[in-house]
Amino acid sequence: MASVDQEGGDAAGGGSSSNNSSSGARAAADGNRAGIGGMIHPGKYGIERVAYWLMRLTGLGLLAYFIGHIYETSSILQGKMGWDDFLAITQTTEGHILLAIVIGMCVFHTVNGIRVMLGHGGVGVGRAARPDYPYVPASQNYRHKIGIYTAIVLAAIAMMYGLAVMFGV
Amino acid sequence: MALQAAGSASSQPSAQRPGTQRTITLRIARSNPAHDSTTVGFDDFDVPYEKWTTVLDAILEVKKMFDHSVGVRYSCRQATCGSCGMMINGRPRLACFTKIDELNSSVVTVEPLQNFPVIRDLAVGFDSLFENHREVRPYLDRDDTELDNTPDGELKEYAQSPEELEQYIQFANCIKCGLCNAACPTMATDSSFLGPQALAQAYRYVGDSRDRGKDSRLKMIDDSHGIWRCHFAGSCSQVCPKGVDPAMGIQMLRGYMLGFGGGNQKK
Repeated sequence: MASVDQEGGDAAGGGSSSNNSSSGARAAADGNRAGIGGMIHPGKYGIERVAYWLMRLTGLGLLAYFIGHIYETSSILQGKMGWDDFLAITQTTEGHILLAIVIGMCVFHTVNGIRVMLGHGGVGVGRAARPDYPYVPASQNYRHKIGIYTAIVLAAIAMMYGLAVMFGV
Repeated sequence: MALQAAGSASSQPSAQRPGTQRTITLRIARSNPAHDSTTVGFDDFDVPYEKWTTVLDAILEVKKMFDHSVGVRYSCRQATCGSCGMMINGRPRLACFTKIDELNSSVVTVEPLQNFPVIRDLAVGFDSLFENHREVRPYLDRDDTELDNTPDGELKEYAQSPEELEQYIQFANCIKCGLCNAACPTMATDSSFLGPQALAQAYRYVGDSRDRGKDSRLKMIDDSHGIWRCHFAGSCSQVCPKGVDPAMGIQMLRGYMLGFGGGNQKK
């Protein structure tokens, strides 16, 4: 079994601490846990990690929009004038851009969500087989890559269509 | 904060070998949590390399020629023991399985694996990895023994067809190097998550036709911090040095639990 080579220094505790409890080990790992920054880190792991990051970002964005939408529709309680005043905000250039982003988030989250749900059901992740070098993972196959790119392209198209409608192009 | 000035190639014997033209700057993360839990610094070393030089070779060259106090764990040097996993230029890799030449970088930065506690410098503790591995009962679980299979009590292997072997042999290649757990975005934030290594091993035994402990194993991983916490980012499979593809095993296992069949589980 491998040993920790630590010449010229202390054993630094924990190198052979196999008697530690699981919770203790997990707590100790938190000191070197990658955290939110490591979670989103889309650069090192390909388009699948980008999709993972976008899925979370769009989910949070849609949640924020949903809360704002409830607040917006509650303005009806202030009568027609209050409703019209609030609705006028969405008729500005900034409002149109915001709504176009919401459209893009909604489309990406839906299409990519379908891909992820299928994957979670074991659909399209390949079949187990004896791996050969250079060990290309079967689960990261072209079907899922196509699904991710499709979600991105459809979101972009929907955003452009939404902008065209809202700006009357 | 750098703990030590760079070891200059021009001042070191190893850099003056005839025929050695190329050098890289090896940046080694240095820390000793037992003495100082906050300070993490980098030491830079100019190391000569050839096209076959691995990152582990370079680290051992540093230990031999520049600074023997660098803490690193290694053993087999052939991607079999799973001891030398570390972050190499920001990505989890085995140091013995990564050639410097293929990194295409004049600076190679090595850091301890993320999501594991640092023992010192590049060595991390695997207590949580092994604990999670044990939790999924990584062994054939059945009431009878191989001796019971024959009337005369002679030892006989459990019968298994090549097709049944194919269903799990990929996942039996796991060397418990921890790279998948270091790459996993869920492990980055959830300290209770079992992790791709343990979940893939759960599938390895659920998919084994000789195993009879499927129900108890599935019950154990059927938890909000178990199999349902995976979001199929797939990073675990991308960094696995043995082609285990943990993401596939997890999704097929989840598909089986959801009633989709999930590809190729045993009956």
